Formats: sequence, structure tokens, C-alpha cells
Amino acid sequence: MAAIFDIYFLEALLNGVLFGGLLALLSVGLNLVFGVVEVVWICYAELIMCVMYCVWWLYTQAHWPLAAALGAGLLCGIALGVLLHQLIIRPVLGAPHINQLLATGGVLFFLQALAGAVFGIDYHNLGIQLPSLPVGEMQFSAARLLSFMVALTAIFGTWLFLRRSYLGTAIRAISQDHAVMPLLGVDPSRIYVLTSALGGLLVGLAGCLLVFQYDVHPAIGLTFGPLIFLICVLGGLGNLLGGMAAAFLFAQFISLGGFFLQVEWGHVMAFVFFILVMFWRPRGLFAKLG
Amino acid sequence: MYFKPAFILVVIALAIAPFVGLGAYPMHLVITALLWSFIYTAWSLMGRLGLVSFGHGAFVGIGAYTVVLGWNLIGWSPWLTAPIAIVLALLLAAVVGWPCFRFGIIGHYFAIVTLALAEVVRLVIIALRDSTGGTLGITPKPPPADASALWTLQFADRRVWFFIVLGCWLLGLAVWRWVDQSMQRRALDAIAEDEEAAASLGIDVARSKLAITLLSAGLTCLGGVLYALYQRYINPETVSGLSLSLQIVFGVIAGGMGVALGPTVGAILLLALSEGLRFVMGGDVHGIDRLVYGALLILFIIYMPRGLMGTALHRFARARS
Repeated sequence: MAAIFDIYFLEALLNGVLFGGLLALLSVGLNLVFGVVEVVWICYAELIMCVMYCVWWLYTQAHWPLAAALGAGLLCGIALGVLLHQLIIRPVLGAPHINQLLATGGVLFFLQALAGAVFGIDYHNLGIQLPSLPVGEMQFSAARLLSFMVALTAIFGTWLFLRRSYLGTAIRAISQDHAVMPLLGVDPSRIYVLTSALGGLLVGLAGCLLVFQYDVHPAIGLTFGPLIFLICVLGGLGNLLGGMAAAFLFAQFISLGGFFLQVEWGHVMAFVFFILVMFWRPRGLFAKLG
Repeated sequence: MYFKPAFILVVIALAIAPFVGLGAYPMHLVITALLWSFIYTAWSLMGRLGLVSFGHGAFVGIGAYTVVLGWNLIGWSPWLTAPIAIVLALLLAAVVGWPCFRFGIIGHYFAIVTLALAEVVRLVIIALRDSTGGTLGITPKPPPADASALWTLQFADRRVWFFIVLGCWLLGLAVWRWVDQSMQRRALDAIAEDEEAAASLGIDVARSKLAITLLSAGLTCLGGVLYALYQRYINPETVSGLSLSLQIVFGVIAGGMGVALGPTVGAILLLALSEGLRFVMGGDVHGIDRLVYGALLILFIIYMPRGLMGTALHRFARARS
């Protein structure tokens, strides 16, 4: 009895790690945009939903090859990121922070309702069942394993881009000082668009991975959205590494909470943990001091 | 104030309307509008002072579910459970609000923390599905035949609700005005402007913010109680969660955050939108009203951040000077 218990426990633990990779990817895009443009995309998860609908529609309704549909999903993500920035964020860049938050909140409402109006409230999936891989007596879904690896690669790629490339250096410079960099000849508006496109690409990637694991429906953004925000705040908004660590922590709460009780209780426990941490480190676990 | 006579006339007109043949449907609309106006006004107490909460759905949900569950499970009258609900809401507001205010969590951070709060209350309601009915929602049991309506607070006559809600709406406006003219408000204005400067003047930032938050949370919870008793059906989506919280925010922004009647105008606008769309497009408008809400919210934020009422008053004041 004890041995069986332990093996299921281990399975939940490892599934939590895989889920953590996915959450980490979700948080990286939001953190990146916040770190540079200083705007929180409240509608972030809804953008991911749009990409999921895009891939689903192209693959199952328009009968595109899967690879083409996924490629289009990535492009859709980039387009959404740039459009969001140019149409919504740009006019309110000088307004109080809270107005920017509310404007993207309007986008959340709009996209959610649009998805319901266009595709209905039914659940849709690709109809592709990736096999589950047995490891000893444990079962792991190949989709989760794949998304874990892609997510880690993407996060590493983003890090490399920010650290090693010329444009990445410009992005980091802007995020460190919004006032001085324009004087040195960096055009912040171009950097903002570029960052939004990069954030959009990460949205696209997340959508392409999620569509293999979850049915897409108009309210799916509400499942992930609040979770992503909590992770970003817990890690310290704008702090990519902190966000990753927080993602793995949260994934364990949800996975183990689901194992011992129910998934909803996992979310609730993660939230309670979050509140407790806020007492202790109000700017997030890994915020820079000072 | 030039509007005072007009306002008193409107209230008198509302008070006699039920006796001069206001139909059932218009009466329902007025009750709904006043009820949401009350909740929006409660939210705007915080919102106008820079404490933008995305979590007020949590307090509505606590109010609504506490009275319905109290009645269905243990048969307690809302007279007993409503105070319990309000105490719970105040506790939650204090537990979440205190660290936020004590440690200077403002702006983005505050909005996101409260956003999570609304979602968690929704998830708890869903997780307790054995008692709460989960996502399917719940209806208060009909009262036994011999029970007094004063005890169960389930009135067959809509007019009773009309006056209860009218009273609450006036209460909300009175509280708004009271806060508006208090010393606390000046302190909170200073805090919204520059927190550290305010603190250096000897304002207790955390305590001032907590006081207004508790007031706002308690009134919002009362609104949730009334909503559940009047509507007689609640589910996690309609009384908690992020969507409701955003709807509250949108209503206030559209009407105007800094004016007493702004939230009321916003509530009327939202109701007119959804009912008008239903009238124009027939029954099947699920989601269309929210499509319009979303688009309007964006437009308001970009082009009219003062809201309808705020912009109107601003124009009026400028024209006079």
C-alpha cells in the first residue's frame, strides 16, 4: 500500500515539474513585456486563447497540415502582440499605470466575448491524442513532456537573445532606464514594438503547446490568466528568473493539491501561500532589494 | 450645488413610481440598476482614491453565498447570516489589504493581488460543490408556508425589494458623500498623489487605506446579500470571479469615478446596453453585450478617462467659468 502511494505521489510530483515548465513559459512573455514597456497585459491568457483557436481552426476546419497551422499560430501570436501594443497600449502609454491595466482588461472582455460569439461556447480540440509514456509504473503524457522541453528551450532562447544579441542589449538597456536611453540614441517606441512582438511570439508558442493538452473554449483564459499574474508577482514583476522559480513552485501546489484533494483546492492553497509570501516579501520572492 | 433639487425630484419620482403603475419589467430593471449602482458606488469609494481593486467580486460572492447557504443548510434567517457574511468579507479584506497597505503594494501589484482574490473565492465556491452546487449555481429554498416574510426576507411583492434597494442606494450615496467630505479623504487623496510625501506629513498610510477598504468591502458584501435574495439564483460566475470584478470596474469607469452619481450612471449604461441589445437582436445575445462592454471600456480609457458623468460635469464647470 505504502509503495503504491509513493509511486503515485512521485508521479504527481514529476507531473508538477512538467506543468511548471509550461507555466514558466507562460510567465516569461508577460514578465518580459512588463520589464520593458511597464504595462501588464491583463489579457495575456486571452491572447493565448486566440492562438489556440487559430491553430484549431486551421487544422480541423481549414484542413491545413499541422506544421503549417502551428506556424500560423506563432505568426498570429506575433501579430496580436504588435496590434495590442500599437492600438491599445500606445495611446495610453503616458496615462496612469492603472488606465493601461484597465484598457487591457477591456481587451480581455472583448476577446472572451468575441471567441464566444464566433466559435460558440463549446469545447474544441485538435483530435490528436499523443501517447502517454510509461516510466516504471508511472505514466507521463508525451504532450506534457514535449511542452516541457519546448518551454525550457524557448526560455533559454529568450535569455540568450536578451544577453547576447545587439537588440537584446537595447531591450535590457531600456528596461533599466527609460529616461536616459533615448538620449543615447535608442528609440524606445521601436524597442517597445519589438518587445511586444517577442512577447507575442512567446504567446504564440504557449498557444501552440497548450492546444495539444487542453480543449480550447472562451473561458480558458480565466483558467490560466490569474495563475500567470500570481506567478509573475510572486517572482517579482519583470524578473524572468524569479518568475520561473515561482512557476515551478506554483505548479507543485496545483499538482500535489490535485493529488491530495482537488485541483481547485490546489489553486486555493497556492493563493494562500502567495498571500503569506506577500507579508514577508511584498515585492515578490525574488525582487531586487532597494 | 445646482443638481440637488433635480436629484431630490428624481428620488421622489422613484419613490412614488411603484404606486402609479410601474410595470413588473420596468420595476425589475430599476431594482437591478439601483442594486448594481449601490455595489459600483461601494467600489468607487476605493477606486477614486487610487485603490483600483479587481477583486470586489470576492465580496459580492461571500455575501450572496453566505446567506443562501445559511438558509438552505441550517435554516438561518438572512438577518443572522448577513452580518456573518459582512464580518467574513471584512476579515478577508483585512487579511489581504493589511499586508498590501503596510508594505506599500500599490498600482499594478495591488490590482493583481486583488484579481487573484476574486478568482480564489470563485474557486472555493466551485470546490465546495457538494454544498454550493458548483458551477450550476444555487437557489434559496422556498420558505415554509407559516414563516414570516420579515424573517425569511423572501418577498413575493417586488415593491418591497424596490424600497429596500432604493434605501441602500441612497445609503451608498450618503456614505460616498460622507467620505468625500471627511478628513480621511484628504489624507487618501494625498496618499494617491504621493505615498511617501503623505507619510512624511504624518498620515498613517496603511490605516487610512485599510479603513476605506473595509468600508467598501462591507457595503459590497451587503450588495451581494441583496442580489442573492432578490434574484433568487446565484452561480459562481454571476457573483464572483474576475469577470464580475471587471464589470464593476468598467461600470464605474464608464460612468465616472470621481463623481457621486458616476457609478449610478455607469450601472444604468451597462443595463441599458445589455437590455437594449437583447431588444434589438432577439434572445440570442449571449456574449454580445460583453463584446460591446469590452470595446467601450477600451474607448473610454483612451478617449474619455473621466467617464460620462465626469466629462459632463467637467464641461459644465468649464462653460460656467
